Amino acid sequence: MTDELPRTDTATNAAGGDPYPAAGQPLLRIEGVAKTFGTFRAVDGVSLDIKAGEFFALLGPSGCGKTTLLRMLAGFEAPDEGRILLGGKDIAQALPHERPINMMFQNYALFPHLSVRDNIAFGLKRAGMPRADIATRVAEMVALVKLEGLEKRKPDQLSGGQRQRVALARALARRPQLLLLDEPLAALDKKLRESTQGELMELQRRLGMTFIIVTHDQEEAMTMASRIGVMKAGKLAQVASPRELYEAPRSRWIAEFVGDINLFDGESKLRDGHRLVIGTRDAGALVVAEPREPLGAGKLAVAIRPEKVKLSRRGPVSEAGRETAINRLDGVIADICYLGGTTTFKVKLDSGGMVQASVVNSARIDVDAYSLNQHVVAWFTPDDCVVLLS
Amino acid sequence: MRKIPRLSRFNVASLALGLAFLYLPILILVIYSFNASRLVTVWGGWSLRWYQELFNDRAMIEAAWMSLRVAVSSATIATLLGTLAAVALSRGERFRGRTLFSGMLYAPLVMPEVITGLSLLLLFVALNAERGFWTVTIAHTTLTMCFVAVVVQSRLGSLDRSLEEAAMDLGCDPVRAFLSVTLPLIAPAIVAGWMLAFTLSLDDLVIASFTTGPGSATLPIRIYSEVRLGVKPEINAICTLVIAVIAVVIVIASLASKLSSSQGESAAPL
Ligand SMILES: Nc1ncnc2c1ncn2[C@@H]1O[C@H](COP(=O)(O)OP(=O)(O)OP(=O)(O)O)[C@@H](O)[C@H]1O
Ligand SMILES: [Mg+2]
Repeated sequence: MTDELPRTDTATNAAGGDPYPAAGQPLLRIEGVAKTFGTFRAVDGVSLDIKAGEFFALLGPSGCGKTTLLRMLAGFEAPDEGRILLGGKDIAQALPHERPINMMFQNYALFPHLSVRDNIAFGLKRAGMPRADIATRVAEMVALVKLEGLEKRKPDQLSGGQRQRVALARALARRPQLLLLDEPLAALDKKLRESTQGELMELQRRLGMTFIIVTHDQEEAMTMASRIGVMKAGKLAQVASPRELYEAPRSRWIAEFVGDINLFDGESKLRDGHRLVIGTRDAGALVVAEPREPLGAGKLAVAIRPEKVKLSRRGPVSEAGRETAINRLDGVIADICYLGGTTTFKVKLDSGGMVQASVVNSARIDVDAYSLNQHVVAWFTPDDCVVLLS
Repeated sequence: MRKIPRLSRFNVASLALGLAFLYLPILILVIYSFNASRLVTVWGGWSLRWYQELFNDRAMIEAAWMSLRVAVSSATIATLLGTLAAVALSRGERFRGRTLFSGMLYAPLVMPEVITGLSLLLLFVALNAERGFWTVTIAHTTLTMCFVAVVVQSRLGSLDRSLEEAAMDLGCDPVRAFLSVTLPLIAPAIVAGWMLAFTLSLDDLVIASFTTGPGSATLPIRIYSEVRLGVKPEINAICTLVIAVIAVVIVIASLASKLSSSQGESAAPL
């Protein structure tokens, strides 16, 4: 494998511009795109800018319109509203084969009458690549998705995960400017998924391609993508870096959708210098850092991620001197869930609520482990809390 | 090992009776075509005499040749038109009245042949067309086209549309996508449709007798008119040959449709 692979095979560029804009340049601009099926708005006014060389992930519950959005980018559905600009040119009317975009289908869509090799070579033949180059490229793709030895099989002689890898290889083979991946790794086992993730990222960086990936696996989105867009009912609810999405979700719905979180409904609000004191029904008064943007009107909630909740027998030890700046909640352990690397404790608070704390299992034999019904103090700092409007 | 359910005595008996009812007459016909005796009902030992006589019967050979030509050309035209109709109905843009059109496609399937034949005769007379090879071919095409369309349409319907989309995504324009992905996948259905059209045409008596002209009888017409004057052993011979041709075609058609359905499984989404 070389770095100087010919890039002329990226099909004719419908936009007519340079097929590969320099990394960081805007590549794709989606402006207020909407798609209605009958009376149902599957995609409802999505606007998004994607830069060249970016690895963008779309996250969202089933049926929120992710596939529909990708299909509009690939050219299988025409948007009812809005524009799609690729390299500055509107491609909304361009046919799929005129777009320098390839898509990996959620149901793979492998050609049943062609072998694995011919499936992967299909797009290369159409692009008029010389025979010898096709053979090299196919071999490279087969190695990438670890399908050596299966080149002659037909799709119906492959397992689900193998089919998925053929689909991935077929979509990647043309090295398109923009690659759309609809749940590309869902059927793979954890090990294979992780190694393929790594290789996809490597390939994407090496070739300067732009990826938009749809996934249900939040960890996958976090590891691979530089930015994540969360979709809800056809709209983009938040577009942010993985860290920002996790640590500063914009709404209660996003906070609950991405990862685990403890939520306490707020009933009252008091200002105390740079802090806010929020009265909650389940956990009493909680001190939180004042949010950067002023809070609007609406119901408040205090959110804290389980791994940021610490447990101790007697209360916060290390920061005993600053006890006022710390939220401490007394309770008993109600449930222990051992997950290997971490253990999740559910603490039933004396004030009535529940709080989850996730603790790293740093020792193999822990003689001091918490047991069921043990009295503990769950504590966390104001800076680890997020105030959310629901 | 799973036990194959044993057939009860009653089942065996009814199966044997049913098969006998279906195939005994044909079997008798085939055996008597090798009869040396001139009398159709009396067995006089094995012989190929009637086959020899058949080859000397110019009128019969001409009728067979006519039938074969009509069957091949009408099946070919019907396959072409039927496939196009099926593609238009299942792949084209949704147009107004599409349901009506696909319903109309099925009408000739259930229309009594006498009516089809009569109406075509009226049409040809009105057009002042000379009746013969072409009128029969056209009539058979109208009859068999809808069979082809139905066979091909059902295959297209079971085909995953995203296959064509994938082909377009990988650089095919819609026509190329159809030719390089859809066509190979529906080919077995098209072949089966052709075979069906071929046997239907070869077998047709009613429509052919309405639409053919003097001097260009098809084989079924010829046989029918001969039999009215009494069954000659020669007829047994020609019928045996027709049975052989049709049997071959049917075997090929069923093999093709089997191939088509086994590919269909892999074409279905997971
Ligand atoms: N051709 C169509 N006709 C009518 N409704 C459709 C059509 N395609 C999609 N929808 C609807 O649009 C919504 C969005 O579908 P879409 O396939 O984009 O969801 P998704 O986010 O990809 O979901 P998943 O994660 O389950 O794949 C769904 O409610 C679906 O039922
Ligand atoms: Mg989807």
